[in-house]
Amino acid sequence: MDKYSPAELQKYLELTPEQFKTMDRETLKSLMDVKVEAQDEIPEQFRNSRDARVNTTEWRYLLLPHQWDDYQKPEYIWQPVGQIKKFNIIPLFVGTLKITLIGLLFAVPLAVGAAIYVSQLARPRIREIAKPAIELLSGIPSVVVGFFALLVMATVLQKIFGYQTRLNAFVAGIALGFAVIPIIFSIAEDALTSVPRTYTQAALALGASRWQTAWQIVLPAALPGVFAATVLGFGRAIGETMIVLMVCSASVMSWSIFDSARSITTTIAAEMAEAVNGGPHYRILFMLGALLFAATFVSNMIGDFVIHRFKNKLEGKR
Amino acid sequence: MTSLTPGTKSRTRNFHSEKFDFASFFFTGLTGLATLFILGILATILINIIVNGWKGFSWHFVSTIPKKDFFDINTTGVLPMIVGTTFRVLVMTIFVIPVGVITAIYLTEYAASNSLITRIIRAAVNNLAGVPSIVFGLFGLGFFINFVGKNLDALFHNPSAVWGQPALIWASLTLAVMTLPVVIVATEESLKAIPPGLREASLALGATKLETILKIVLPQALPGIMTGGILAVSRAAGEVAPILFTGVAYYMASLPTHLSDQFMDLGYHVFVLSTQSPNIEQTRPILYATVLVLLLLTFALNIVAIIIRSNIRRKMRSLH
Amino acid sequence: MPRVAVAEAKPNASPAAPFIQIESLSLFYGASKALKNISVTLGEKVVTAFIGPSGCGKSTLLRCFNRMNDLIDSVRIEGAIKIGGYDIYGPDVDVIELRKRVGMVFQKSNPFPKSIYENVAYGLRLHGVKNKSELDIAVEKSLHQSALWDEVKDRLHSSALGLSGGQQQRLCIARAIAIRPEIILMDEPASALDPLATARIEELILELKKDFTIVIVTHNMQQAARISDQTAFFYLGELIEFDSTRKIFTNPAKKQTEDYVTGRFG
Repeated sequence: MDKYSPAELQKYLELTPEQFKTMDRETLKSLMDVKVEAQDEIPEQFRNSRDARVNTTEWRYLLLPHQWDDYQKPEYIWQPVGQIKKFNIIPLFVGTLKITLIGLLFAVPLAVGAAIYVSQLARPRIREIAKPAIELLSGIPSVVVGFFALLVMATVLQKIFGYQTRLNAFVAGIALGFAVIPIIFSIAEDALTSVPRTYTQAALALGASRWQTAWQIVLPAALPGVFAATVLGFGRAIGETMIVLMVCSASVMSWSIFDSARSITTTIAAEMAEAVNGGPHYRILFMLGALLFAATFVSNMIGDFVIHRFKNKLEGKR
Repeated sequence: MTSLTPGTKSRTRNFHSEKFDFASFFFTGLTGLATLFILGILATILINIIVNGWKGFSWHFVSTIPKKDFFDINTTGVLPMIVGTTFRVLVMTIFVIPVGVITAIYLTEYAASNSLITRIIRAAVNNLAGVPSIVFGLFGLGFFINFVGKNLDALFHNPSAVWGQPALIWASLTLAVMTLPVVIVATEESLKAIPPGLREASLALGATKLETILKIVLPQALPGIMTGGILAVSRAAGEVAPILFTGVAYYMASLPTHLSDQFMDLGYHVFVLSTQSPNIEQTRPILYATVLVLLLLTFALNIVAIIIRSNIRRKMRSLH
Repeated sequence: MPRVAVAEAKPNASPAAPFIQIESLSLFYGASKALKNISVTLGEKVVTAFIGPSGCGKSTLLRCFNRMNDLIDSVRIEGAIKIGGYDIYGPDVDVIELRKRVGMVFQKSNPFPKSIYENVAYGLRLHGVKNKSELDIAVEKSLHQSALWDEVKDRLHSSALGLSGGQQQRLCIARAIAIRPEIILMDEPASALDPLATARIEELILELKKDFTIVIVTHNMQQAARISDQTAFFYLGELIEFDSTRKIFTNPAKKQTEDYVTGRFG
């Protein structure tokens, strides 16, 4: 220890000047011993690696890009295996967002369009068949949807769109859309049907067509319910595991929808079995689970609240 | 003679239309196509699975325990997966029905409808329904296995982990927590459908509230409770995420016999086989057949529940 | 708008020119016959009242005139209803064209959840009027004609749902007349209103008949006697008697009519 000058010592122990000044020789010596011990535990090849000294579980590394040794520029990397575990959770957020957005963009127009048709435009006989049939789609387990996406849809979509990776976020998003459509449809259709029929009658008596009535009168009146349907669909989409797990596997940080992606749910599902019980990986996965819970909790509260207010407003008018 | 105002110029004497309303036609068609497309997806998935799964489907398939070789369609079987799925769902039912029914009875019969506690419970039930299934799996791992299980092991002085590891009981309990809202809502619905006159008649004869509930209300609500139970079972049978770290295994040499055993599962088998099998062409028929079995199971249950529910609704309508 | 002169004149028609001709009309809900072989001719620019006990079919007949019964799946029609000489149940008839010329005011007022202005403008926009100044003029005129203008002129863009029941019903009338239909159908328009509001609606109807042909269903006989020129009495789906209002109420031809208007049953 005496070989080093105070400045070098401070730098070696990674202390701030204020901390260094407050410590006496005994404290510094114990700190030094701990440091040497820790160094000994690091395998030879990493002794001088800058990366090895990083505490990768700090928030800074979880959220911000970092310049790792083997890479050309600062990157967001989630790679919890290997010697140096990188826990940046941004790729997971991006993956979740990509897939969820694609799913919603696909599902919402279809589901709301079908809801308008079944509730306002179709003959009652068609409504009796179509409504339960679409709700039957929600009875298909997500494993089965994922299986179908993996075996059939991925190939078909690749032939249509001609991209490189067969199993990517786009396919996962569409498959996710399949699973989310029944929920959005159910709630939106319910909201549209709840609009008092007297409005429809008044509009039709003025010479409006069924579509004009639906689009100009009923839909605006039911908008809160339709919005809530979308929010609840969103909640379901970010929580979906099996479909995305079966379709996408690699954790790639990319904004392109034609690359693979890992979502928060699939990461938890895929890596929990290997995480050391109680270790940093384990805890970070649990933290992700808690975040997911909070997100769906909030979106469900919003959705339920909007529906509640919407139904009350309608009751007041009856 | 009425004076001309805007909009009256284009009227026809004989009520024939002047011009074709293109917008209405177009959008009606578009939304109709959306409906058709969704139904088409449903049909495609079902037909694809039935057509491809039928080839491998046989009595032998459904009743054989495979001997380590999962990849030959002629010799493999899914009996252990069927047993595993069935057992975990059965054990789940034992827990979820009593708890769900009691909660529903409390909410409808005992609790003041606007008290803070009632609103909190209802909010909790609603939110429970929206929690992602993987989060339930985490809960099962963190609470049931690592807390309850490990403490049970300590209590029984087990030398090695018996309860503190993935097991049938923990998976079933996790599923019970997950499907609790389904049972509660279905039970509540059926309780509310019973006319209050029935309860009043019983109380007027001198019965206590508890007697009324046990002897009059519950028997009437039984079909609704059954519907809830069946829906819960149907949903749980198809779920894989919650059992991933709470008890499922890819291969077990024997059928599960104890609550502390791990088990195989139809859905999990499909998942593993389709994402990790070396030769997809070989496993394709097995996968389809397994999926078919799973679908038959969940759909049969769903349809039974729907039939019971519409029968109840019809009976209720004639009562009111 | 040019009117087509009707070819035939029925012998017991009122002095007013015949305009709505109902010929052997029967209506079925599935298998049950709700309207039985009704034939009558209603006059133009007069107020005709349909009276009769509950369930006698008067509202059902009213809803035939603008084909609102089409909305019910199980309804079937036999016979014809001719307006201006053309059968409205004819093969190429566009229901939307029909409803431009035959408007309706409902029993319970049903303004859209929009502003007062937008409620009145809705029909106009529907039928192609886009110019803002044209809309403004038409809206103001309709609100004047339905005796509502003074009460709402300062809050045209506030929600229609903030109006009282009577005001809402007058708004619905303004909405209906904005597109200048030839015929206005009113299905018990004042039954949900207090006497004061009812009186204002009745005043309004007497004003409106200068410009529109009005057919009103009412269970209030005094109302029918007050405001209508011709009255039709229905019972169990059949037309029992049709004549000038004075005759129906003072010296009806059929005993059933007399029993009903004197209150012996109802």
